[in-house]
Amino acid sequence: MHQLTLAEIVRGLQDKQFSSEELTGALLARIADVDTRLNSFISVTGDLAIADAKAADARRAKGESDPLLGAPIAHKDLFCTEGVLTTCGSKILHNFKAPYDATVVAKLKEAGAVSLGKLNMDEFAMGSANESSHFGPVKNPWDTERVPGGSSGGSAAAVAARLIPAATGTDTGGSIRQPAALTNLTGIKPTYGRVSRWGMIAYASSLDQGGPMARTAEDCALLLGAMAGFDPKDSTSIDQPVDDYLAVLAQPLAGLRIGLPKEYFGAGLDPRIADKVMAVVEELKKLGATVKDISLPNLQHAIPAYYVIAPAEASSNLSRFDGVRFGYRCEDPKDLMDLYKRSRAEGFGDEVKRRIMVGTYALSAGYYDAYYLKAQKIRRLIKNDFVSAFEGVDVILGPTTPNLAWKLGEKGGDPVSAYLEDIYTITANLAGIPGLSMPAGFVDGLPVGVQLLGNYFQEGRLLNVAHQYQQVTDWHQQAPSGF
Amino acid sequence: MQWETVIGLEIHAQLSTQSKIFSASATTFGAEPNTQASLVDLGMPGTLPVLNEEAVRMACQFGLAIDADIAERNVFARKNYFYPDLPKGYQTSQMDHPIVGKGFLDITLEDGTVKRIGITRAHLEEDAGKSLHEDFHGMSGIDLNRAGTPLLEIVSEPDIRSAKEAVAYVKAIHALVRYLGICDGNMAEGSLRCDCNVSVRPKGQEAFGTRAEIKNVNSFRFIEKAINHEVQRQIELIEDGGKVVQETRLYDPNKDQTRSMRSKEEANDYRYFPCPDLLPVVIEQSFLDDLRSKLPELPPQKRERFESQFGLSTYDASVLSASRELADYFEAVEKTCGDAKLSANWVMGELSSLLNKEGLEIEQSPVSAEQLGGMILRIKDNTISGKIAKMVFEALAAGEGSSADEVIEKKGLKQVTDSGAIEKMLDEVLAANAEQVEQYRASDEAKRGKMFGFFVGQAMKASKGKANPGQVNELLKKKLEG
Repeated sequence: MHQLTLAEIVRGLQDKQFSSEELTGALLARIADVDTRLNSFISVTGDLAIADAKAADARRAKGESDPLLGAPIAHKDLFCTEGVLTTCGSKILHNFKAPYDATVVAKLKEAGAVSLGKLNMDEFAMGSANESSHFGPVKNPWDTERVPGGSSGGSAAAVAARLIPAATGTDTGGSIRQPAALTNLTGIKPTYGRVSRWGMIAYASSLDQGGPMARTAEDCALLLGAMAGFDPKDSTSIDQPVDDYLAVLAQPLAGLRIGLPKEYFGAGLDPRIADKVMAVVEELKKLGATVKDISLPNLQHAIPAYYVIAPAEASSNLSRFDGVRFGYRCEDPKDLMDLYKRSRAEGFGDEVKRRIMVGTYALSAGYYDAYYLKAQKIRRLIKNDFVSAFEGVDVILGPTTPNLAWKLGEKGGDPVSAYLEDIYTITANLAGIPGLSMPAGFVDGLPVGVQLLGNYFQEGRLLNVAHQYQQVTDWHQQAPSGF
Repeated sequence: MQWETVIGLEIHAQLSTQSKIFSASATTFGAEPNTQASLVDLGMPGTLPVLNEEAVRMACQFGLAIDADIAERNVFARKNYFYPDLPKGYQTSQMDHPIVGKGFLDITLEDGTVKRIGITRAHLEEDAGKSLHEDFHGMSGIDLNRAGTPLLEIVSEPDIRSAKEAVAYVKAIHALVRYLGICDGNMAEGSLRCDCNVSVRPKGQEAFGTRAEIKNVNSFRFIEKAINHEVQRQIELIEDGGKVVQETRLYDPNKDQTRSMRSKEEANDYRYFPCPDLLPVVIEQSFLDDLRSKLPELPPQKRERFESQFGLSTYDASVLSASRELADYFEAVEKTCGDAKLSANWVMGELSSLLNKEGLEIEQSPVSAEQLGGMILRIKDNTISGKIAKMVFEALAAGEGSSADEVIEKKGLKQVTDSGAIEKMLDEVLAANAEQVEQYRASDEAKRGKMFGFFVGQAMKASKGKANPGQVNELLKKKLEG
């Protein structure tokens, strides 16, 4: 039963082939059995899940048929869940039970989804290897000596290992797409403002965006449809109707204009990944797409700009974790300053501290113009690059990551080399456009992802292209052995 | 050496919105600690601000009232610092793009001259909570009821030259925000607070001296005292060969002193940056046009109208237009009695001293405008004299009658205008003072003038003040000359 996709589960529940309670019970048992090898869950909320599954079955018996009624999922542990531990992968929130549900959590509940628990992640979503979690690293089901990517590494590993059919993730610089690529999943970061950030603990507010991670584009469409929408509680949420993502999946690709940015195929890219990406292009051509070389000249500035803006916002966003009202507080503080200093020094991990320091520095008097303001200008240039590119193409295609999944601990001492792994994904966050990663084959038994970028609110088009590709290929159906 | 004082003020006015600036919590003063603190006010992880449109409207009304530039876009920024009653670790405020730009306010000084004070800017921001240091056995309590209350910070140019001018300016701002109905102006509850930037320079020198900022002065009287004290401190310091350091000081009203709170070096680097959780606010011209059309008559216009319509002096007109409630009261008195000058005199004289003495606001006046107007009518139609009127006024204030007429009737204070009765009374007075009458008649013109007052006094005393003074004068003269 655990091999079923989310769409298959929805149909199975509709046809009463199995109940939500049966399915949920089976998946919980598998998590208990398997997750010791992966560490993808921080909290498994078994009793709650069984109760919700029973309630879903009861609703169905009464004739209700909400799209995700009884479908099991799990949330990245930065979505606030009422009464349930919400840690953000950090010691500073190791004891924090959120007093409310995030909008995404509430919407999925309303759609009938059953949450099995909270998924591991890089501390405060800072990282691309899921090694910075206070609750230990997550392992890649394709090779448990390797990282699953991050920061939504728990989501990626759990779905890839078939512990759950789909999960929520968040993406600030690639945190949905990069782990999806490294674990053979499909994941989409929507347009900034498409999914509410209410209750999603902030890393970098102007870049953070929640989205689905699953095995197929169809499952992502199903989940995103339930997650997306205007939320008056989030001032950056956009008041525009949500497209019917499932309805556009079947559109033929004839006439699709694909742009290949030359900067995405330069030095630094593993040539074996480049080959896989070009093979995807050939397949899409067969489906009727035309291909054009394009240029996104400001790509080279994206990483420095991102690593100013994101830490700057983070340094302010993380100020509320001060040991005063919730979360970790140091033992026996001598005075207020001691309370602040030790609670934060003991509560935050190294990567979080590094980014708080970088961000604090970038915003300091005398440095603001040189760093923060300049980074904002670069951000504008990157956005302009995309705006002009999308005048000539419908979709931009390239690799999701420059490298395959690396070994745990391999980049521990070199944060900058880990930052460089975000090179192809962070531009979408800086520009606010949607980006999707989908399976494109394997190199040495490790998954390769291809990235599709679309214009604002073109989530439907990206899911459509990915779905059509998945109709003629079976990369996405490959499962890691042993899971 | 002659010194000149230079003062600039930052006034924090709490906007009287129903809910907080970024959350739906109520803003009522004095509730049980933390009962008006929502998830947003508590700074709970994952929560986000949503701007209160009413706060924007109120700030724009203020901008229109001071003829300020109101830019098409204003931007919220985060001011980052750690403090236990600052739940998010930053205050959402405005920095580079405030909602209200350059404007001005005219104030009337005691000598009746009008002075224009420049207003640099006014911006929206959220208030912090309160730290409570009592009753917690060596620990501190945090009350976040006030966190997120909308404030309008009004920053003046350094145009103010004395403590008295500063008070006049704060009073004018106080009146303005109350006229507009955007702030209740209750200084005791902290609805209007003032930071005073004070420096001194040798008279004639153009460059400013180093300033000290006195934080959170919360009454008109303390503003005057704190500034005077600070000016004196700075002058003495410089004259003794010292130097003023740029610092933040606190005023202690019990000791009438300011003391250093923190120096410039100890000041925080607030690391302002645009708040990514809030979009820039776009103010449309139609929004402003609509607000402008609904603005009430403001103090300067009212002052001018009082001068032209009622023929009042600039000073009287400024005093009476200083608060909306006082102006309304005055106009109601005038409407009842039809005599603006008498109305102004009574409102600014007897009524004001009564209110001062009792510590009451005009809205709490024990004598209503209709009662006062009715009483003035009786002065005008000679039913009572001005002197008797004071008695009637006191009786009304003491609640001894519902109208002047009732008091006059009940107490028999009606003025005697019957010439026969007055003559009879005068005859008795003159008979009782026969000796003085003889002296009077023997005296020359100059001496007679002085002595005449004695007889008037005796006559008024005999009539218990009720005799018409004009008639007494006239008849008395006739009888003495006769």
